[in-house]
Amino acid sequence: MDTLNALVALANFVLVPSIAYGSQLALGALGVTLIYGILRFSNFAHGDTMAFGAMATIIVTWWLQSLGISFGPLPTALLALPAGALATALLVLATDRLVYRFYRRKRAQPVILVIVSMGVMFVMNGLVRFIIGVDDQRFADGARFIISARDFKEMTGLREGLAIKSTALLTVVVAIIVVAVLFWFLNRTRTGKSMRAFSDNEDLALLSGIDPERVVRITWIIVACLATVAGVLYGLDKSFKPFTYFQLLLPIFASAIVGGLGNPIGAIAGGFVIAFSEITITYAFKKTALYLFPVWEVEGLIQLLSTEYKFAVSFAILVVVLLFRPTGLFRGKAL
Amino acid sequence: MKKMLLATAAGVLAAHAASAMDVGEVKIGIILGLTGPIESLTPQMASGAELALAETSDSGLLLNGATVTAIRGDSTCIDAAAAVSAAEQQITGDGVHAIVGGDCSGVTGAILQNVALPNGVVMISPSATSPGLSHVNNEDNGLFFRTAPSDARQGVVMTEVLMEQGIDEVAVTYTNNDYGKGLADSFQMAFEAAGGKVTINAAHEDGKADYSAEVGALASAGGERLVVAGYVDQGGSGIIRAALDTGAFDTFHLPDGMISEALTANFGSEIDGSTGQHPGTDSEGASMFHELVGGAFDASSPFTAESYDAAALIVLAMQAAGSADSADFKHKVMDVANAPGEQIFPGELAKALQILADGGEIDYVGASAVELIGPGESAGNYRQIVVAGGEVTTVKYR
Repeated sequence: MDTLNALVALANFVLVPSIAYGSQLALGALGVTLIYGILRFSNFAHGDTMAFGAMATIIVTWWLQSLGISFGPLPTALLALPAGALATALLVLATDRLVYRFYRRKRAQPVILVIVSMGVMFVMNGLVRFIIGVDDQRFADGARFIISARDFKEMTGLREGLAIKSTALLTVVVAIIVVAVLFWFLNRTRTGKSMRAFSDNEDLALLSGIDPERVVRITWIIVACLATVAGVLYGLDKSFKPFTYFQLLLPIFASAIVGGLGNPIGAIAGGFVIAFSEITITYAFKKTALYLFPVWEVEGLIQLLSTEYKFAVSFAILVVVLLFRPTGLFRGKAL
Repeated sequence: MKKMLLATAAGVLAAHAASAMDVGEVKIGIILGLTGPIESLTPQMASGAELALAETSDSGLLLNGATVTAIRGDSTCIDAAAAVSAAEQQITGDGVHAIVGGDCSGVTGAILQNVALPNGVVMISPSATSPGLSHVNNEDNGLFFRTAPSDARQGVVMTEVLMEQGIDEVAVTYTNNDYGKGLADSFQMAFEAAGGKVTINAAHEDGKADYSAEVGALASAGGERLVVAGYVDQGGSGIIRAALDTGAFDTFHLPDGMISEALTANFGSEIDGSTGQHPGTDSEGASMFHELVGGAFDASSPFTAESYDAAALIVLAMQAAGSADSADFKHKVMDVANAPGEQIFPGELAKALQILADGGEIDYVGASAVELIGPGESAGNYRQIVVAGGEVTTVKYR
């Protein structure tokens, strides 16, 4: 029995990747859930807003790199992040002024806004491709690993390696900071409270003297910041390619819905539930089993589902949650 | 009603036969994915095919002085419906006599089944490599050929490359489409027949957000090397990145879809020691093709030489049969491509047409050393590579 090696293998291939992926999903789902809670529609353009934020950040990063500015062991993209967030905020505010405000004034049905956001999605999609192209872009610099698999093996003498990427740790740390600030803002500040009031009851908030346009503006700015942070962290950890951001929309929505649309805590929990279930259920436990029970002649891979089905896992969870708890795990707004 | 249908059919046939007699102009359709995932390759491929047709037309020797016209169509590479309608338009609208194409395996099969077969038109594909297109029982009515080798052959070559290095246990991941699945399965069959062990043969989807689940399963199954039958600018790179990051695999074996500039640009010396192979030849035909093209377009772009050869085979078979009608010249494609006869290299189409007109025999070698085997597909020549010092270097040709 070799518990240590089994645990390290499990941590390397299940725990660490799930936590990093989960934080990325959680940040994306937070943006979706805020729009749903306050503006009352499912924003399909969120994936492409993330792509736009990441793109703006990448362009500034390249400029900084060409000037020879770096951020020590941390990626230069973190320095460029505020500029990217600013550009994204301007874009979504312009979109709101040009597109969404018209429908809001008409008090359009949420389903109409969903279709409108789909149109916005295609426009942003094209915009990003037009500016930066459809190819993979690399912009990560700084230290790549906190500890690489090879170093870990040499240090501990174990047969299994454990790799922790600096971007994975960065993702988790930034996600925690962003979530903490967001919660403080929503619960403790006057503006945050007015946003929650607006979310609870629009007419009542209006009667108490809350300016709805201001709430909408601030919501969009926060969402732009969240989208940019999520987009950049994802791009740093994996790679930037506009098409993958569009694909990211699906797991992000699954996370937000499982957690309860409109509920920020739910969005975070949902992100981790989706990430862990996608990776754990399709993981082949053969190696772990071999370490734990060396006498056991393992023939198969001990895999619950083959990896082709990992998206089916997210959808199955989604269906089960919608059937038995339509408001999500953390009681968001009912769909 | 039945009689009327018959009469109509007979009338169409008669009209078609009449038009075949009078060959003042031979029309060849070039159906390639001018838009879509391989749009960076297709312009050179189309130019390669058009070069061969222009050469033929200029010689004035084809079928007593017929001119050759090339008509381009867009297969989109992935959208079968669009590809079928492009082919439909070419055959029924423009009245093409034969088709150079399609490019990707999926759309090529769709065009063959839905348009080429019902209309009885010959297709020669320069780049479709799926084993599913090998029609061993004549399901294609003898109409389909390809100047690219089937991936069944690549599976065997891959096995040889790995076995020679003493590697007998590998994990396999493939992109979930006709190409990836076909290649992975043919490799597994060849590798196991040679006494090797495939620990896992798992699919990955292209363009996805996260590949940790796939890499986790591959790592747990284990193996001395990871075979990645995917696309370098799609999921294939994502898999390699995640495998390197987690320390699951250090070296990889990479088939044709993975070998390009982007591979070394993405990973550099991180994948040193990785091996691979892709269709390629060091025959003198390749260098003669480069000279012939001059600087007009990039002659070394993948499948460009195969496109030239596909177009050349069509006109040579027509000449050998003395007819531009597919039903007549489909039997001649294999004859002109293989020995016996005088060897024909790129730029020598006029000579070949003359020999055929005089009743002689030719063995078309062309730009990609064409040798058609079995159900009419290239035997295939491969360039074996190894990544060393962050560069793709040639080991040998096989």
